[in-house]
Amino acid sequence: MTEHTDLTPTFGTGLAVGTSASPVGTAALAPTPSLGSTPAQTVGPYLHIGLLWPDGPEVVPEGTAGAFWIRGQVFDGAGAVVPDALVETWQADPDGRFDHPDDPRGAQSPAVPGFRGFGRSATDADGRYEIRTLKPGALPGADGETEAPHLNLSIFARGLLHRLVTRLYFPDEEAANAADPVLGAIDPTRRATLVARPAPDGLRFDIHLQGPDETVFFAV
Amino acid sequence: MTTEHIRSAEPDLPAGGPARPSGLVLPRYRHDDPDTHPPMLFPDYGSTNLRAPKQPLALLPQRLTEVTGPLLGAGRPGDLDHDLTRQHAGEPQGQRIIVHGRVLDGNGRPIPHTLVEIWQPNAAGRYRHVNDNWPAPLDPNFTGVGRTLTDAEGHYRFVTIQPGAYPWRNHPNAWRPAHIHFSLFGQAFTQRLVTQMYFPGDPLFFQDPVFNSVRDPLARERLISRYDHSVTEPEWALGFEFDLVLRGREATPFEDGDDDD
Repeated sequence: MTEHTDLTPTFGTGLAVGTSASPVGTAALAPTPSLGSTPAQTVGPYLHIGLLWPDGPEVVPEGTAGAFWIRGQVFDGAGAVVPDALVETWQADPDGRFDHPDDPRGAQSPAVPGFRGFGRSATDADGRYEIRTLKPGALPGADGETEAPHLNLSIFARGLLHRLVTRLYFPDEEAANAADPVLGAIDPTRRATLVARPAPDGLRFDIHLQGPDETVFFAV
Repeated sequence: MTTEHIRSAEPDLPAGGPARPSGLVLPRYRHDDPDTHPPMLFPDYGSTNLRAPKQPLALLPQRLTEVTGPLLGAGRPGDLDHDLTRQHAGEPQGQRIIVHGRVLDGNGRPIPHTLVEIWQPNAAGRYRHVNDNWPAPLDPNFTGVGRTLTDAEGHYRFVTIQPGAYPWRNHPNAWRPAHIHFSLFGQAFTQRLVTQMYFPGDPLFFQDPVFNSVRDPLARERLISRYDHSVTEPEWALGFEFDLVLRGREATPFEDGDDDD
């Protein structure tokens, strides 16, 4: 249960995530897995031939009531746009439910026709991605707290040997964001990197892989 | 300690799941050994230098958004999407190969009906991509893209062409070992994986920073397929076996814990 209150970026024995320390991090937490995981490798520069879908950016179909665009740019540590990244999103439906057997409240088909929960967009030559979606509902958490509406994002690119994970929160949810257990564990000076900004047809959410405005990324 | 208990704090939340004695329970996925995956910053691979985050990662607890994930599949792969040699009017050039295996979790349990996406260069080592312009020929009969779903036992199978090695500009006389890119979803956001499958005995491993960014030699070996004579088809195609293992779950009192040591 410590996971809910101790969000420091360490695993069981106090190893910092991403260090090259010896591989003892999980031994104290769990039985040794019977099979080691397959390592991640970069998507490389040619991901577009394999991973793009015509309907990739459409978490909901065109014409869905209440749908809006999340748009943003991906930047590297020199402030240059990243024109060969892939951004994926995963989220609850507007009722805060998942159509998934491991939602312990029961898998629930979304009330919105065609709601997929998942979006995928490559960045263009200007580093821009876009996802059309609906705002997810809040989620119940452990110990009675509530998670503010959010999307989980995975970022893949040449030069990223493993995916990066971040979260997008909503700018019009100030009270819910203030009570969110994940945001609350983040250094206050960096929390703003996880909150989207209003835009004319939705939200803007830029992702800085590195640099003074570096986005908060997670080990999940 | 191996489960998360979520109290139904909000009275208007529908109680759709099966009643459980101690409230609602989420699965938890084990964290991989830190040396299983590459570090984000690996200076030998020059592109990591401006793209790897400098700040330490924050730990994201596994809550509802993390233990669920897109269960894509039905309707997404077309009938010939698993056979990269039959997607055009003619046959592609090169050595025909069969790549098969299973998608498992760390407990050895098959992951059924999950989407597997692959992409690769042609036999000459060139991708059908607007930015791949090195002087090797394109093949009009080869796109290099496949997708399929695993079956009920987690098996997948592709028919394709042995990909060629290709040069890049990471370091002097740099060549990527022949590889096929794999993308998998598993059953939860925690299990999402993009990786590369290599071929046994490739002489280019020693100088490849992408392959060698995996610091645990045993983990690195898991990126290499196995020649599989039992799948090689006489007078037709060579067989290779490549199993993929996604993160396993911790045992919970509500699951069959006998899968864990």
